[in-house]
Amino acid sequence: MEIKDVENLAEMSKIELTDAEKQQILKDMDGILGYVKQVEEVQVPDTKMEYAHRNIWREDDSERGAEFSADLIKGQFPDKDGDYIKVKKVL
Amino acid sequence: MTENIDIKNLNIEKASEMLRDGKITSVGLVEACLKNITERNGELNAILEVFSDALENAKKADEMITRGEGDQLTGIPLVIKDNIFITGKKVSASSKILENYVASYDAFVIEKLKKTGAVFIGRANMDEFAMGSSTENSAYGPTKNPFDITRVPGGSSGGSACSVAAGFCLGALGTDTGGSIRQPASFCGLVGMKPTYGGVSRRGTIAMSSSLDQIGPITKTVEDAKIIFNTIVGKDSMDATSIDLNSTGSDITGAKIGIPRDWLKEGIDADIMENFNISVEKLKKLGYEIVDIDLPYAKYSLAVYYILMPAEVSTNLSRLDGIRYGNRVEGENIFDTYKKTRSAGFGPETRRRIILGSYVLSHGYYDAYYNKAWKVRHAIEKEFEDIFKKVDFVLTPTTPSVAFKFGAKKDPLQMYLSDIFTVPANIAGVPSLSVPSGFSSEGLPYGVQFMAPLCADEKLFAISLELEENI
Repeated sequence: MEIKDVENLAEMSKIELTDAEKQQILKDMDGILGYVKQVEEVQVPDTKMEYAHRNIWREDDSERGAEFSADLIKGQFPDKDGDYIKVKKVL
Repeated sequence: MTENIDIKNLNIEKASEMLRDGKITSVGLVEACLKNITERNGELNAILEVFSDALENAKKADEMITRGEGDQLTGIPLVIKDNIFITGKKVSASSKILENYVASYDAFVIEKLKKTGAVFIGRANMDEFAMGSSTENSAYGPTKNPFDITRVPGGSSGGSACSVAAGFCLGALGTDTGGSIRQPASFCGLVGMKPTYGGVSRRGTIAMSSSLDQIGPITKTVEDAKIIFNTIVGKDSMDATSIDLNSTGSDITGAKIGIPRDWLKEGIDADIMENFNISVEKLKKLGYEIVDIDLPYAKYSLAVYYILMPAEVSTNLSRLDGIRYGNRVEGENIFDTYKKTRSAGFGPETRRRIILGSYVLSHGYYDAYYNKAWKVRHAIEKEFEDIFKKVDFVLTPTTPSVAFKFGAKKDPLQMYLSDIFTVPANIAGVPSLSVPSGFSSEGLPYGVQFMAPLCADEKLFAISLELEENI
């Protein structure tokens, strides 16, 4: 990994890093990736990806679930106009 | 009345009996906890917020008891990890970005506990978004170990464990993604249990790594952990991974216990091994057959973990963008707002894992890391399935060392390695429990950990009880 990769990943992750932080992350990544790389050497049967823990869907029915407080949800909008969330222009 | 209740030397089972017998009241219990918090939380920093309605809820619990209602948890003061929702209460996951976030509904486990009349004392400090093994990653300062305040309490549920050990409550809820219940329980001389994956619903819990996260109890005794577990277990249609635990019963007569010797060859302190061997001898004396086992794939659990977990973290935490909730920092445009919000809101470890997760999921690396890690995970799951045809339990030390000093593990990889024994149970989804197993010459707690087959949570309690009674 190089500084350029750290910058791209930070951009994708929507995180700003100072130059010192980039250097630190680069160093940390070298250590961590060096360790996790050992999965490469593991010989496993080349099976198709399958997830043992399957999601179990419920009926699409809002009445079934937990009770939510709409006021508590709306009360936490960082910026709002009535019941609408206000955000900066997207395009 | 208050001064008569010694919370530090009382457990849930006993307190419940005393409540029923009218020897104490829930109000008295809560007052005693609050007194301990006032005296020591300033130093230990285990509790981020004491709930103002705790005494009021204790009164209600006392009324329930008078009416002959409720069960063993009625009136029992509990501390809840700061990533579990209680309607109307702040829940921050010890992060700046959620500093003023208020839960808009009850977590499944909270719903269950409220029904029994358990009393919530406060919310417990933790590593930010449950990422860490020491609580040093909390945005609100680290929690200290009550046995030695120069040492960490473990993490990420360090505030929960410290609260129980310091007498701030009689039991606590934690979450365990790679050892975050069992490791702090071990560091604080307590019992910590991670249920079978899917056994306890995560609805209303702030997600870290959804294919690994589980909620569980931290208590002084195995019986207490069982009491909390029996209340919070159960299928919930609102958690898509929730299952009915088809109990395999609690009979452990003639059980065989396997020890993965390969795991214990290096990277483990000599005193830990010595203490572990004492526990093994005790189990032998109790008549359990002890055999050495091989788990060659499970050796790679930690490597698999540090690929899959950050990948899931990077996606789960993408919802934290300052748009619908959380502390927003306005930028020049919407993308700038995302960046400024997340940069101001996330601490260094959270950023590190998001970036690592984005890397292992990115084009060109996905196959080598993420895809391969899933394949190895399957091999590990299969390996545990097979080994549990030969033995009934797997036993290891909970941690490779006793509670370490603050700042001792500055290199992230060194910190990650402290979870080497606890991570395999999360990767395989199997239940696991850490039992206290004595103290070091410096007075620091030791713990050993059992792992049991999927859905054998009751048997896990049974074998742990056997060891606990004979330590």
